Amino acid sequence: MSNLVEGRTGEWEVVIGLEVHAQVASNAKLFSGAPTAFGADPNANVSLVDAAMPGMLPVINQECVRQAIRTGLGLKAEINLVSVFDRKNYFYADLPQGYQISQYKQPIVGEGVLRLDMPDGTTREIGIERLHLEQDAGKSMHDQHPSKSYIDLNRTGVALMEIVSRPDMRSAAEAAAYVRKLRSILRYLGTCDGNMEEGSLRADVNVSVRRPGAEFGTRTETKNLNSLRFIQQAIDYEVARQIEIIEDGGEIDQETRLFDTSTGTTRAMRSKEDAHDYRYFPDPDLLPLVIPQAEVDELSAALPELPDQIRDRLTGEYGLSAYDAAVITEERETAAYYEAASAGRDRKLVANWMTVELFGALNKSGQTLADCKVTPAALGGLVGLIEDGTISGKIAKDVFAAMFESGKDAAAIVEEQGLKQVSDSGAIEVMIDEVLATNQDKVAEYRGGKDKLFGFFVGQVMKASKGQANPGMVNQLLRAKLDG
Amino acid sequence: MSDLLSLSAVAARAALESGEISAPELTTAYLGAVEETAPLNNYVAVTADRALEMAAASQARIKSGEAGLIEGIPVGVKDLFCTAGVVSTACSRILEGFTPTYESTVTANLWREGGVMLGKLNCDEFAMGSGNETSAFGPAINPWQGGDGVDLVPGGSSGGSAAAVAARAALLATGTDTGGSIRQPAAFCGIVGMKPTYGRCSRWGIVAFASSLDQAGPFSRTVADNALMMQAMAGHDPKDSTSADAPLPDLMAALDKGVKGMKIGVPAEYVMDGMDGEVVALWEQGQAWLRDAGAELVEISLPHTKYALPAYYIIAPAEASSNLARYDGVRYGLRVEADSLDEMYAGTRAAGFGEEVQRRILIGTYVLSAGYYDAYYLKAQKVRRLIKQDFDSAFETVDAILTPATPTAAFPVGRKVDDPVTNYLNDVFTVPANLAGLPGMALPAGLNSDGLPLGLQILGRPFDEASLYSIGRVIEDAAAFSAVPQRRAGGAS
Repeated sequence: MSNLVEGRTGEWEVVIGLEVHAQVASNAKLFSGAPTAFGADPNANVSLVDAAMPGMLPVINQECVRQAIRTGLGLKAEINLVSVFDRKNYFYADLPQGYQISQYKQPIVGEGVLRLDMPDGTTREIGIERLHLEQDAGKSMHDQHPSKSYIDLNRTGVALMEIVSRPDMRSAAEAAAYVRKLRSILRYLGTCDGNMEEGSLRADVNVSVRRPGAEFGTRTETKNLNSLRFIQQAIDYEVARQIEIIEDGGEIDQETRLFDTSTGTTRAMRSKEDAHDYRYFPDPDLLPLVIPQAEVDELSAALPELPDQIRDRLTGEYGLSAYDAAVITEERETAAYYEAASAGRDRKLVANWMTVELFGALNKSGQTLADCKVTPAALGGLVGLIEDGTISGKIAKDVFAAMFESGKDAAAIVEEQGLKQVSDSGAIEVMIDEVLATNQDKVAEYRGGKDKLFGFFVGQVMKASKGQANPGMVNQLLRAKLDG
Repeated sequence: MSDLLSLSAVAARAALESGEISAPELTTAYLGAVEETAPLNNYVAVTADRALEMAAASQARIKSGEAGLIEGIPVGVKDLFCTAGVVSTACSRILEGFTPTYESTVTANLWREGGVMLGKLNCDEFAMGSGNETSAFGPAINPWQGGDGVDLVPGGSSGGSAAAVAARAALLATGTDTGGSIRQPAAFCGIVGMKPTYGRCSRWGIVAFASSLDQAGPFSRTVADNALMMQAMAGHDPKDSTSADAPLPDLMAALDKGVKGMKIGVPAEYVMDGMDGEVVALWEQGQAWLRDAGAELVEISLPHTKYALPAYYIIAPAEASSNLARYDGVRYGLRVEADSLDEMYAGTRAAGFGEEVQRRILIGTYVLSAGYYDAYYLKAQKVRRLIKQDFDSAFETVDAILTPATPTAAFPVGRKVDDPVTNYLNDVFTVPANLAGLPGMALPAGLNSDGLPLGLQILGRPFDEASLYSIGRVIEDAAAFSAVPQRRAGGAS
């Protein structure tokens, strides 16, 4: 497999690193007791601390710390038992303190790793450089008044985890797979709801290109992408833009760029020279964050089963392909559905039915698994009917469609509609005889050497049985009659 | 009513309990004193109505036997403390008219223990200064006068607090001390000031200057009063992450412990060039008093002392530059309207901050900037650790340290204001305790030849304020400091 991009002057390798901002799932903000609920009236969730009133002091929300530790453990990362909160100083109207409390030199979580299963069956390991806790800023609205900006401080001080990857991704598809996998792990852990539309998960994308095997090229950073599609679009645009510049003899400027969602393009926001000097220094209002090893052990022991563990069981014990297993385990609900549906059934067959028919139908109808009328037991029941020969795979598709519509059991539908597979050799022979009798000319042609006509006879018999004849038996009996 | 004004807080408590005097009587006397001393510009806001209400409530609690530690005692509050419903400005134009909805933990503790709030006291703008001359309300004046009758500074930054207590316009007052802002004005005004161990008093609701150095503490006219107020205001506060969860011993019980068998350190490095001869003489006198009371005086070395002031004037402005970023005209306080956000910031902060505050914001911004951080801020933090180590090793052999409180007595208003570096030298003896987080007490020990008070400073181990009160009581008794300032309420002038 090659991810290389063909330019006018040869091949280019794309290098991508991501900084993902994930909002910590917590009731209260990182350093204040104000609620974090989405969709509140503007400035309803603002405490004295969030508004940076004189003399107000931050106090760490221990639940946010635990969420960061859980996430670190889920990323197989080292947990730093001592970490430090720093102030990142800059002025903006939606940053009341005039600084963001973040972690600069000593983050709470160190190096980890994330495994990606790509559609082509390959597996990629993406390094995690660090995870740190920081405050979100508020929201500025510039389109509400002709000459003034409106400020909503509801988000101000909400806890974010900034998760920084190594520059280990080599394509937009890998970057999207990385975000999808990260979101999956966060959701399994319950440490972030992963809702990109509400801004709970957003990514800054660092992109550069180089000749295969060469040193890293100069990178650009495109900020604040809040959908998988935008992430891929921004990367594709940047890659094309950078290759063109270099191939035209130009150089890439190290700069921060903004993505325009309406055009799918990026544009320069500020260059390295204009970069803020954030004057980081340890926040003197907060002591270093010290975590007892016992707390890490406790959280580790209580960690839920994560997608990779389930995936390994699915590929190892059940024999699923890595990609199918990854698709099924992306959401905890899907994995649980699969486990329930496939218990005691042909595991691979159930996986096929889930990834093809069930997901297809959900997609088409715009439903989620939670709305779906087909229970795991019902899907399992359907596969059971295929396994024991009660219905054919073809009939099963119709049965599934009916199940998806009504939520009824497969067996009930088969019964009601009389779809049961005919495996009675006598009955099948009668149908075969009729077909052969009405197609004497074709029988002669077949016997004259036109083998291809065998399929025609199978089709006719199946048609006569309204698709209910056992296809294996039809084959076998037909061959005996024709060739015998 | 001048008799009421000369009662100590401890004596007033006894008189209130016995019914000899009433809380409203005492408060009324002090409100009169506040009015009488108004020319000293010590108060920036007087809360007479609230004081009388609180006094009446105190009287009721005294009657029902529910009196707190300082029940019925009139207290002045440095304007750096946020007080609910009472304008709180840090004596800065940028907070003009700012009235918090919340009460600082320290003042809430004082009111819980029955303190009666007289009003808000003048201070240097954002507590940045050593003479109370940077206040947006103009300088506070020291009630002490030299022979020439020139107005003297009360010291700073808690100048109004020290001057008000010395002038009998408050029985007790709160201060804050970042580099000496309680101890230096206490010495200049001839009263007792305590900067407790960092973490002893909550910083919640106090306008921040330099968070790692700021500590609130009490002003009083006697050592016993100081212990009483300290007992009332200190304590662990979960709203301040740097507040220490350490038990507060019975400080009143420490007063009569004496110093027999104590080892008191005398640091060689605190003898400095150009030091006032009278200050040196008084320091030696203090050593003699303690020796006579049974303490062993030990010469010690604090080798990094000379680096304390430069380190302080990097760390404190660095923190201040960030702490003061919130005063941006967006949400409260002064706003100078402009066409763009950046111009609004610049206009507001230029108009709202005084010269000294601007100077420190600029210094702080500079020392934290990329390329300078290591050379200044990081190095200053290393120096800070060395200074802490100096004290740690000294306290392996001594129980406390005796030094002068200030290099000179109070100076005339306006004299040094044009020379920031000379002004910074006022803090030379007090700054090391802030850098090391140690408790320090300043108390009056004598007068100089101009008739102005001079103070001594006692430094102790972390969380050992109790020993400072034992030692302070011995010095207080030996010094028998009975001089009073000319411009006190009920005084001759």
